[in-house]
Amino acid sequence: MSEHGSEGRDLLRLTTAGSVDDGKSTLIGRILADAGALTEDQLSALAAQAVRDGQEQIDLARITDGLTAEREQGITIDVAYRYFATPRRSFILADVPGHEQYTRNMVTGASKATAALLLVDARAGMTAQTRRHTCIAALLGISDVVFAINKMDLVDWSEEAFVRLKGEIESFTERLRFGSRRFVPLSAKRGDNVVRGSEHMDWHEGPPLLTVLEGIPASVTAADGPFRMAVQIANRPQGASTHDFRGYMGRIAQGRLTVGDRVVIAPGGRESTVTEILTPQGPAIAAMAGQSVTVSLADDIDAGRGFMLADATSPPSEAREVTAALCWLDPAPQDSRAPYLMRIGTREVAARVALPESHLDIHTLARGPGGQPLRANDIGEARIRLQDDIAYDAYAACRATGAFVIIDSRTNATVAAGMIEHRV
Amino acid sequence: MTTSDILSASGPAPGHLDLLESEGIYILREAAAQFERPALLFSGGKDSAVVLHLAVKAFRPGRMPFTLLHVDTGHNYPEVIAYRDEAAAAAGARLVVRSVEDSIRQGRVVLRDPNESRNAHQSITLLDAIEEFRFDACIGGARRDEEKARAKERVFSFRDAFGGWDPRRQRPELWDLYCGRIAPGENMRVFPISDWTEADVWRYIAREEIALPSLYFAHQREVVERGNRLIPAHPLVPLRANEMPVLRSVRFRTVGDITCTCPVPSTARTAADILIETLAAETSERGATRLDDAVSEAAMERRKLAGYF
Repeated sequence: MSEHGSEGRDLLRLTTAGSVDDGKSTLIGRILADAGALTEDQLSALAAQAVRDGQEQIDLARITDGLTAEREQGITIDVAYRYFATPRRSFILADVPGHEQYTRNMVTGASKATAALLLVDARAGMTAQTRRHTCIAALLGISDVVFAINKMDLVDWSEEAFVRLKGEIESFTERLRFGSRRFVPLSAKRGDNVVRGSEHMDWHEGPPLLTVLEGIPASVTAADGPFRMAVQIANRPQGASTHDFRGYMGRIAQGRLTVGDRVVIAPGGRESTVTEILTPQGPAIAAMAGQSVTVSLADDIDAGRGFMLADATSPPSEAREVTAALCWLDPAPQDSRAPYLMRIGTREVAARVALPESHLDIHTLARGPGGQPLRANDIGEARIRLQDDIAYDAYAACRATGAFVIIDSRTNATVAAGMIEHRV
Repeated sequence: MTTSDILSASGPAPGHLDLLESEGIYILREAAAQFERPALLFSGGKDSAVVLHLAVKAFRPGRMPFTLLHVDTGHNYPEVIAYRDEAAAAAGARLVVRSVEDSIRQGRVVLRDPNESRNAHQSITLLDAIEEFRFDACIGGARRDEEKARAKERVFSFRDAFGGWDPRRQRPELWDLYCGRIAPGENMRVFPISDWTEADVWRYIAREEIALPSLYFAHQREVVERGNRLIPAHPLVPLRANEMPVLRSVRFRTVGDITCTCPVPSTARTAADILIETLAAETSERGATRLDDAVSEAAMERRKLAGYF
């Protein structure tokens, strides 16, 4: 059982993107099938389908094709989540379709991921689509990108074609400051370099894609950065035995917390000392990013939901007006006078979103003139005025405390995604 | 206290199961904070048992704030009902049961065949219960890996005033920001274990030693083979001509409505055994397995031998 226990197995949240013809469905189907993520029921159904279609092999693209009924119902194409695992790692894959609503979907998928798997058609080379995928991944702060150069079988497994394409992508992504860029030549259809190696490309020394994905740093890196935690609930149970207990419930977004640490309650700047930490495993002396905890402080501070506990020696910023990169999600365009709400961490504050100062061209990341309301899939930089102070970090410093959404208080729709003080 | 004491006390970086557990707790706390009258849908099935376990952990040392709601089809095994009551009592939770049987008596549900599956009829009873208790959120144990159509389900899934799931009104979910704002009469479904796979659920049940109805584990039961399925011999499931029940060692993978829940052959007596059976496909020559092999007769046979199916 040890091989399948949680011990030693970590988690990677991955987003993927590719246009309709890049073979993304085939690649994901190939990974799921070859990594053993499909149940017998699913395999039997696919095999039966292949027989009905008169095919000798299963159509790999069909594995993720759950959309037929949805299309008939006119549902907006959007992000689907896939799951697979190796003995070393569990993967959660945000599968972003390459249709319209593209930017909106990729922003959603990338917001939850720390790594991106980007498909490139070896025949088509570096396309506008590839540039757009890469730029959105960079904008959302994805650290590690893997370029899967697909359909190598259709360019005769040519090392020269691969090297040329890799060079093009490398020079385009030079200024995007990714933590790592990896390249794998493969054929999703034939299975070369996906889970197994390839006998057709012995010139490529690197491992197959799944092994590459296993080598990317895990999505939670324990103690990096100063401690940050949004308070979800301030807990004060009734009853004599727990009379003095006041706990701040939340999940640690960044850093590590130890009993005895000085923390600041932001906004507001009051400080106290950590006296107790309760983790899902019970009382602990310390806890780290990714863990849900209940924290007790030495002083009885009236700070409930909407406040942030943070490292007192490295506190977050506080302000009533911020500049942010915004991706507009809603079909209705931005209205600079609309009664919006900003939701950041667990805090909700009334907000006015000014017309953007600039628009971002997602193909090149070049900034163009602003002044026009943002429309669905637009990205721009705008100033946001708030009714009350918020505590935050620049998105590049801490995603969890620099990210927010804008809600239309009239419809409760989530209309935009934002990243504070974020410039690419 | 030395630095190494602190480091060892906090243990290694959280593994994938710890992260899923903490995420589930985070989502349950969001539900508790954002809704006034949230209910936890509790059927006694393994997924809802995991959600209840997470909910109890999430609010320690305080009390779990959710009312448990069971929509009883009237076609449940008695072991499951007994387990349901014990688990609710152990959690110190208030349990509300509303039955499809009552909905039938009230004429809210009309059956075409007295023995038909009542799974589809549960929704009327559920919606009536939501209205009766004015629940503004219902927490459930659904997972995205269950079927392809569920792969796009939100963690906070919006339902309109008629209980309908309108795909156009589902909200984009970015980062860890779950928005539960609703108008009166509207409702949210909340799925804290959306990102768990079936194997994760069994791993967690084994690790946390979560009690389950006995039906989940291997036991002797009279069944008939129908096609590639085993049908439990039960008064609610009429046998066909020429069908003779035989005694087999089986377990249930789900414990829903008797009329549409089939056991599988198994000798698994613990959650750890079930995990091994569940993972049989994943472990067999993983990495070297080709899809065309995977569906060949030989591969199927190997997995049957491993007790998977």
